Amino acid sequence: MYAYDAFDHAFVQDRANEFREQVARRLAGALTEDEFKPLRLMNGLYLQLHAYMLRVAIPYGTLSADQMRRLALIARRWDRGYGHFTTRQNIQFNWPALVDVPDILDSLAEVEMHAIQPSGNCIRNVTADPFSGAAADEIEDSRVWAEIIRQWSTLHPEFAFLPRKFKIAVTGAEADRTAVKFHDIGLRMRRNAEGEVGFEVIVGGGQGRTPIVGVTIREFLPKQHLLSYLEAVLRTYNLLGRRDNLYKARIKILVAETGAAVFTEAVEAEWERIRGGALTLPQDEIHRIEAHFAPPLLVAALADGGYAAARLQSPDFAAWCRSNLFTHRIPGHAVVTISLKPAGGIPGDATAEQMEAVADLADRYARGEIRVTHEQNLVLPHVRESNLFAVWQALVAADLGTANVGLISDIIACPGLDYCNLANARAIPVAQRISRHFADPALVEEIGPITLNISGCINACGHHHAGHIGILGVDKHGEEFYQITLGGAADDDAAIGQILGPSVPYDGVVEAVDTIIQTYRAVRQTDERFIDTVRRTGINPFKEALYADR
Amino acid sequence: MRKPAIQVMTANRLTDGVVLYLARDDQWVEQLGDARFAKTDNAVEQLQAAADAAVQDRLVIGPYLFTVEAFDGGFRPISQREHIRALGPTVGTDMPAAASGV
Repeated sequence: MYAYDAFDHAFVQDRANEFREQVARRLAGALTEDEFKPLRLMNGLYLQLHAYMLRVAIPYGTLSADQMRRLALIARRWDRGYGHFTTRQNIQFNWPALVDVPDILDSLAEVEMHAIQPSGNCIRNVTADPFSGAAADEIEDSRVWAEIIRQWSTLHPEFAFLPRKFKIAVTGAEADRTAVKFHDIGLRMRRNAEGEVGFEVIVGGGQGRTPIVGVTIREFLPKQHLLSYLEAVLRTYNLLGRRDNLYKARIKILVAETGAAVFTEAVEAEWERIRGGALTLPQDEIHRIEAHFAPPLLVAALADGGYAAARLQSPDFAAWCRSNLFTHRIPGHAVVTISLKPAGGIPGDATAEQMEAVADLADRYARGEIRVTHEQNLVLPHVRESNLFAVWQALVAADLGTANVGLISDIIACPGLDYCNLANARAIPVAQRISRHFADPALVEEIGPITLNISGCINACGHHHAGHIGILGVDKHGEEFYQITLGGAADDDAAIGQILGPSVPYDGVVEAVDTIIQTYRAVRQTDERFIDTVRRTGINPFKEALYADR
Repeated sequence: MRKPAIQVMTANRLTDGVVLYLARDDQWVEQLGDARFAKTDNAVEQLQAAADAAVQDRLVIGPYLFTVEAFDGGFRPISQREHIRALGPTVGTDMPAAASGV
């Protein structure tokens, strides 16, 4: 993991000190709320429905066990004993008092964490593959590049007041696990014909009220030019992006309005002007950052007899292994995803006790490393197969043993109207109802791989556009209704879901989802995944089933 | 003829963000049931003036009016948003301070 040097420590502590002064000035009346609001937002502090909300950055979703324990401490001491992991790989605390936030930021700084740039019209927390450094299908560790981007983008003076927020994702594997095509910039590591590793640069993706799948503006970017190219993209956007209309200010609108070819031309012209300059990454600097992410020394192991026996003896363990494990690059090891989606639970929530349980497991079995996924789950990246049964037993004891990763009850949901100031409708209770309805593990496994994403408003924090089943909460004359889409996808075949028809009331959502699933089970071909069925048949069979009696 | 809307002034407390309602004697309370219900333009103006003063005094932030309706001998918010602000999240495990005794 990246370890702070003296500069980083001083920088983060200075920032915490600065915010302490700003809070004091606000409380003393030296700052009005209008003056204070942009300052608190720059430090991750929002005002939501019931209270302030503090969004803490988890750069590229990587946490140490000690950092997780600190999040648990913060949850317990200054909040309500839990935290909410988000679709941006961050964590949010829903109930902090303004007067306590300076102490929280000090506490975070002690473990090399902060709340810098998780909001505002700047380059937000960079996200990366949660299986980085562990997955068998990896080309290179995406965290190295996410960290380089983090250092370049943090308080970058030219990009502190962009037309709108700006999100960058980096993926270093064959399979995309970062929704790379739904970011302002998506970086995908590729090998060129010569076998060199570089980046495919994807620009202009995004969700919100105008969902767009990003377009590739450069097939291959040599690694040493990453920052100069990013600077060229950001500069072009900063100059040409609209500031007259909040809803048309994201880079996706600029790319769509100017056309990808014209936009690319402008970026390339700017890049030609600055390439080879101060932003060229020296090899020794790349090596310095890479050293922070050196893979743990894992010894390849033969298939473990105890692991195989445990799977035979415990069907529940076997089911969990089928859904929650991913192939590790070192034989005899596994990448473990910990579901934060129990039946009836709040997607992404973890109690302080659960955070500590995960931290203890990471220390004992996973080299002290934890990851956060954009699907709002946690990951233990390096677990030896022979330890998987013990890990699973400990997870079950902590109510973290749900075997549903990638299945219908592994629901992404934004905080929705239960917490969020922007929301039009609730998202969490809808997720709770659906996950209770699909609580039977055998049924869930029989349905197979599927994503179901719920947003409480058109801002789409719950990624509903990219869900195989997407659910969007809307307000109709003061009542909550839900628009359902089918066919969205966040992975390599990224797509935006199609609206099925008129929205359904709050009490009709579970029945609607059930009808969609029953239709799928009736029309699917052998071993055909839900998304493949939808792509083959189109949405009409589902539409007819859903609206037949309406 | 349509009845005039019944309005309540709400805000969040500056120091901790807790949801508050403007009550009698310009006091801010945590329970909607204790709020002052404005039924006339003059009463609404008084609420607005008291809220502006509370902002100046750094007691609250973001004050605004919302509409309630008569219900079961009392009043209840018309919008789901204000229901949830008054009673806390509906997720089953997370209650507002006023309701949970935190």
